Formats: sequence, C-alpha cells, structure tokens
Amino acid sequence: MGAMTADTALGLDVSRLRVSFDGFVAVADTSFHVAPGTSFGIVGESGSGKSTVLRAICGLAPRQSGTVRLLGGADSHAPGSKAFRRRVQMVFQDPYGSLHPRQTVDRLLAEPLAIHGIKDAETRIERALDEVGLGTGFRFRYPHQLSGGQRQRIAIARALILEPQILLLDEPTSALDASVQAEVLNLLEDLRRRRNLTFIMVSHDLAVVTHICERLMVMQRGRTVELLASSDLIAGRVADPYTLSLMRASAGFRRGAKAA
Amino acid sequence: MISTSSPLLVVEDLRVAFPGRDGGMLEAVRGVSFTLGRERLGIVGESGSGKSQTGRAILGLTAPEGLVKAKRLEFSGVDLLNCPPKQRRALRGGRIAMVLQDPKFSLNPVMTIGAQIVETLRAHTRVSAGEAKKRALAALESVRIDNPERVYKLYPHEVSGGMGQRAMIAMMLIADPDILIADEPTSALDVTVQLQVLAILDALVSERGMGLILVSHDLRLVSSFCDRILVMYAGRVVEELAAGGLANAQHPYTRGLMACLPQLGASTHPLATLERRPEWAL
Repeated sequence: MGAMTADTALGLDVSRLRVSFDGFVAVADTSFHVAPGTSFGIVGESGSGKSTVLRAICGLAPRQSGTVRLLGGADSHAPGSKAFRRRVQMVFQDPYGSLHPRQTVDRLLAEPLAIHGIKDAETRIERALDEVGLGTGFRFRYPHQLSGGQRQRIAIARALILEPQILLLDEPTSALDASVQAEVLNLLEDLRRRRNLTFIMVSHDLAVVTHICERLMVMQRGRTVELLASSDLIAGRVADPYTLSLMRASAGFRRGAKAA
Repeated sequence: MISTSSPLLVVEDLRVAFPGRDGGMLEAVRGVSFTLGRERLGIVGESGSGKSQTGRAILGLTAPEGLVKAKRLEFSGVDLLNCPPKQRRALRGGRIAMVLQDPKFSLNPVMTIGAQIVETLRAHTRVSAGEAKKRALAALESVRIDNPERVYKLYPHEVSGGMGQRAMIAMMLIADPDILIADEPTSALDVTVQLQVLAILDALVSERGMGLILVSHDLRLVSSFCDRILVMYAGRVVEELAAGGLANAQHPYTRGLMACLPQLGASTHPLATLERRPEWAL
C-alpha cells in the first residue's frame, strides 16, 4: 500500500476559507489551489493568518465557511477526519514545543502508527529515521538529548511515517540556526522529490519560500494580498505595494532608506 | 574605523566558563578580545557560539555559577572585573545598557510601561516624579512612538512586539548610556518592524555618539547595519570584517554561513551545508 500511495500525488483546493475567533476574522475568504506534486508557499507577517490557514486545512482551527478539498484522489475526505489526516500531515514551527518531552523518539513515532492501526511499526520507524538522516541510534533518545535540528528531523519523520501525500509546514526552520536550516531545507526538498509530495509551507522569510516553492500567496491581516509565481517575485514582477515592502525589508538594512 | 581617540570599552582575552556535569569547567567564551569606540559593532554567531555570553559578561549579568576571567575588561578607565559591586551596579543600566531579545519576556508584565521607564531613570538619577514622567514621555517619543501619553499607561501585554521593543529601547536610553548592548533586538519581530527598530537604533547611535554592540545570528542583517563585525564560533572570534566586507570573508566558517542562506533570486539546489571542521574550534 505504501508504494502505491506514494506515487499518486494529491493536490489541495481551498475555496473561500473563513476562520474567525469570537468575531475576530483571522482568515477572510481565502482561496487558492495547489496542484498535485507542487509546492505552495504562504508568506506574511505575524497576525496575517498564514498559520491559521494551515491549521484550518488540517482541522485544528474551526472553519466558519468555505471548503477544503483534496484533488487527484478518487474520493474526497472531510478535513480533520482520520482518512484526511492519513494523507495530510503537519510539521510545526518549534521543535522544542512540538515533541513530548517525556516520550522517547520511538514512542513519538509509534503513536501515529497506533492511531491509524498500522502494523509494521518496527520497520516503518527504522525507515523513517533513516529517511530523515538520523539512523536508528536515535530511536531510544528523549527530545532533550537532541539538538534543535535533530528534533525538527524527528518532527518531520513523525509526519512522514504515515506516508502522507501532502505535508503542511508551519515555519519549519525559523527556530533553527542558518546552517541547520540549510540541512533541513535540503532534506525537505529531497523527500519531496523522492516521495512525490505536495508541500504547503508557511514562512515569514521570502528567500526560504521562494527557494522551496513554485508558487506563493502573500497575506496581510487575514486577507490575500497577492497570488504569484516565485519566479515573478524574484524578478520583481509584483502588483501589490505590500509585497514590494516585504521584498525591500528582506533585502536588509539600508542607511537613509525610509522605514516603511 | 570611525572610532575616535581612546576606545570606550577594552576587552582582552575574555573567558566565561560554566561548571559541567562531570565537575570540570566548560568554557563558553574562550579568549575574546576587541575594543569598542563610538561605533556600531556586530557580533555574529550561531547558537552556542558564546556571542550572548560575551555581551552578558561585559554587563556583569553572567549567571552566578559562571566564572568570568579577562586580562582586561575596561570601560572608560574602570576595571569592570575588580571594581566594587556598587560601582558596577551604577554603571549597569546607567552607562552601559542592554536591550534583550523578546519584549514579551523582558518587560515586567505587572507594571505599566511608563512606570518601568521611570523606575530605571530614578535608579540612576535623582529626579522628581514629575520630571521623571516628563523624561519618560520624551524617551518614548524619541523611539518614534506616536502617542507617548497613551503608551505610557499601557501594560506590556497591551502593545505589539515592535512597540514593546521600542519601549524597551526607550527604557535603556533614558539614563543616557555610553554603550548599548543589543542582544538579538529584532529577531522576535517581523521583517518590516525589524527595519524600523534598527533605524531607530541607528539614529540614536549617531545622534548621541553611543557605542553599540549588536549581537545577532543574522549575518546578512548585521553586515548591512554595522561598521565592523566579529564572527564567533565555539567561543572564539574567528574573523573580523569591515562593513560591507562580507564578500571578502576569508574564514571558511563565515563563507559557509553565507553560502547556506537561501537567497532571493539565486537558485542553488541543494543549498550548501556547513561542514564544521574540528580545527575551527581549536
């Protein structure tokens, strides 16, 4: 079954997604389309709703209206349902917060398998650790015995162990050092190529997003500012002044330049 | 570069060690030397390189179990390591101040922003309550807070990250220090806010003629901001670079750090990774 699912990439269609908390609209009618096997980025500043979009896709945030649909599969599954979670997994921002501090790596990786009733835990755990470049020597360690980069690899292994077709990445490298970030980004790209995965990646770093993703969406205060291809952004073909100001900001400090 | 006559701060062979689990001492900073004039000095390194401990040792904020040693640690003629604690306290916050990373954790959550600034001021200068408030408001205004009267009365949880960081800078500047040590002052902030805060720091440094030490992990940001950069690795300074001299970096660690950053427009797949060679840590 593993080999079969890995070959059929799934895409995702989000249409007029709206999330609000006590009347505060965190995501306002956002629509986008991610073709199977591609990589889609969401950029924005804190509070722009970019993480909430991801959380709403996998059912961690309540959808007020709008639809989330899997593309390319034979049947569609409701977001947040067990069958949906089997296909769509998430990697969280902070590897210091997202791993249970009192569970060994082995137990962390066994849990999703137990939830989904998958039998060959032994081989899957070993393979997952191999795939993220850690090896079985890490299997019985606790999170506090690992560095930040190693923890994020475990978080990626935990997401991959179910062999999902879509990976939701919420700032997967922003808690890591630059050199470790490069390793994790390379790992993600490598995994995507090998497994024909679809990525939706949230980041505040334009360089990281354009490195990983082919297309991206810029968000501000819950609204979609612009949807464009990474190549357009790199070439400066952007329509919205907000996107431009983000680009300028990411270029670094310029003395005498007017702060936006 | 632009340092005038005698340096403000002389650091020579600074070492900071902490007790390890095996009873031995673990050196986090291993012989760092530099001088600081009225300029912007950047200290860059990854986690564990000793950059923050260097800043903390200058202020005397090393954790109590840590051991600080140096051949010289002098601030305008005062020997910081051997001066009486009272003098050190007067210097700290008064003439050497520090801005910390995250305003969420470094401001007092149960005091209004105004009260915190006034407290800092009155710890270092004898001023009346009325005068203190006036100066606190002026300080808030100098970090470009639009409505200082309103922000004065707010609690830290009521302001945004950028506003909190500006309030902290205002607090640090109120005693008119000669040196400001900023430890990752912008890494908890959004990129556009980051630049605003840096612009404020930049203006304050040039207007008041302060010395600024900017500690950060962000090589690119620091190189676009500082006059001089020290690159730290494993507790040592491996390279010193002039402003804009990043392209001419010689040390393989600095070059490796540059290469592993994804860049807008440059498509390198896969990214270069950093090979940490043991001889760098010697």
